[in-house]
Amino acid sequence: MRLLRGARGVVALVLLAFLAGCATVPPNAGQDPRDPLESFNRQVFEFNEGLDKVVLKPLAQVYGAVLPVPVQDCLSNGFSNLREPSNALNNLLQGKGSEAVSDVCRFAINTTIGLLGCFDVATRMGLEKHREDFGQTLGVWGVGNGPFLVLPLFGPSTIRDTVGIGVESVLDVNFWINNVSVRNTIFGVRTVNFRHELLKADELISEAALDKYTFIRDGYLQRRRNLVYDGNPPREREPDDEEAEPKASESPGRPGAPPAGSDVKPSTAPKPAQ
Amino acid sequence: MSLQNLIQSLALGAALLAAGAASAQTPAAAAAAPSSSAVPSASAAPDALVRDLSNEVLATIKADKALASGDVNRVQKLIDEKILPYVDFQKMTQLAVGRGWRQATPEQRAALTREFRTLLVRTYSGALSQVTDHQVQLRPFRAQPADTDVLVRTSVVASRGDPIQLDYRLEKTDAGWKIYDVNILGVWLVENYKTQFASQINAGGVDGLIKTLTDRNRQLEQGKKA
Repeated sequence: MRLLRGARGVVALVLLAFLAGCATVPPNAGQDPRDPLESFNRQVFEFNEGLDKVVLKPLAQVYGAVLPVPVQDCLSNGFSNLREPSNALNNLLQGKGSEAVSDVCRFAINTTIGLLGCFDVATRMGLEKHREDFGQTLGVWGVGNGPFLVLPLFGPSTIRDTVGIGVESVLDVNFWINNVSVRNTIFGVRTVNFRHELLKADELISEAALDKYTFIRDGYLQRRRNLVYDGNPPREREPDDEEAEPKASESPGRPGAPPAGSDVKPSTAPKPAQ
Repeated sequence: MSLQNLIQSLALGAALLAAGAASAQTPAAAAAAPSSSAVPSASAAPDALVRDLSNEVLATIKADKALASGDVNRVQKLIDEKILPYVDFQKMTQLAVGRGWRQATPEQRAALTREFRTLLVRTYSGALSQVTDHQVQLRPFRAQPADTDVLVRTSVVASRGDPIQLDYRLEKTDAGWKIYDVNILGVWLVENYKTQFASQINAGGVDGLIKTLTDRNRQLEQGKKA
């Protein structure tokens, strides 16, 4: 969130990431059209992983061990509530007026009755949460991802989503808190809280991934596309899928396989809104 | 922080898949789920199949402590015995391997399918402890009666945390509908392995990929024992 103010620190970290240099960059790095900066990205990725292992993850583990679950929930809800104004504005920018109104109501209800967002009363009242950020808004407007980018500290992103993060940092309620120590405390606890929620999943990804970098990159890109289409993206097909398909009906033990290319037919998903 | 929900829920969603169909039709599940007496049937409509399967799975996980704690052998056994009627692991593997599938011999294809399945079961079995009071809700289903390939969309809700998008792709076979891909919060399982598999095959051929998968599985097995 401190992207603008911490610019110098970020530059220093980028240099550090370069110096880290120990990242294993495969020889064909950068050949994926979505990821021309792969060599650079892998080095930043390694740097983030190293930093996480030494600093953030241990903090998150202590956080989980020390704080009772209701307190953790309270903090998670509170941090989520800080995002509501941004959700509302982005819904508005995406032309989703009723969602925007709902987000404003959520913020009003949870900040007051919900005690500064500690309790998500609004959801129980039937006001659904919509997570929208400026990167998604740009996507809805038809702006492409641009190259995949791993940011120091922030993790996986794209050029488009990095612009989004910059704009978001201004939309975030925390940005407008003038007391520096309060603001920094919120930022710090928020980061540790976020990391704590990822502990289980991080372990799972480390086991499931043959190459963690690729797994996270592809997951991120899929996830973001899904968000831009609000959970219902049109089906994507790659050229080599068509070549692979005919074999499906020839493969042994699958007498029930339908004719080649049968699943190439138009998907049941609606047309893209873009 | 957009990855938050994704990664957080990957564990849970994956658990539902892996354990998933696994628990269908076990006596424990039937006993534990008096309200959902429907037994999943591959001959049923695809959305009904997914709904019944999901309910059975959740009921079983809630009722079976060993399963909920991620006992790998328990999960493995359940999947081996029960998941096959509902999940087409071979098609799942074939799509993930992509172009390389054509070069593969029948033996290599069998090995790929076996090792990929083992990896999925092994890595995701640990996530079962995430399941608490979750419930599955079907989202609107659009398909024509003649369709042989459909998308079933669900939402998993619990008292804690945001709803989790969990979707399935099913194909109609002679043996009924079979799941061949799953989507957790927008991330399709097959798609997320494609690039990794392709680069393994580029580097070391089909055998290279088989070896990588086998080594990883052995490594995970030893890690869990240790």
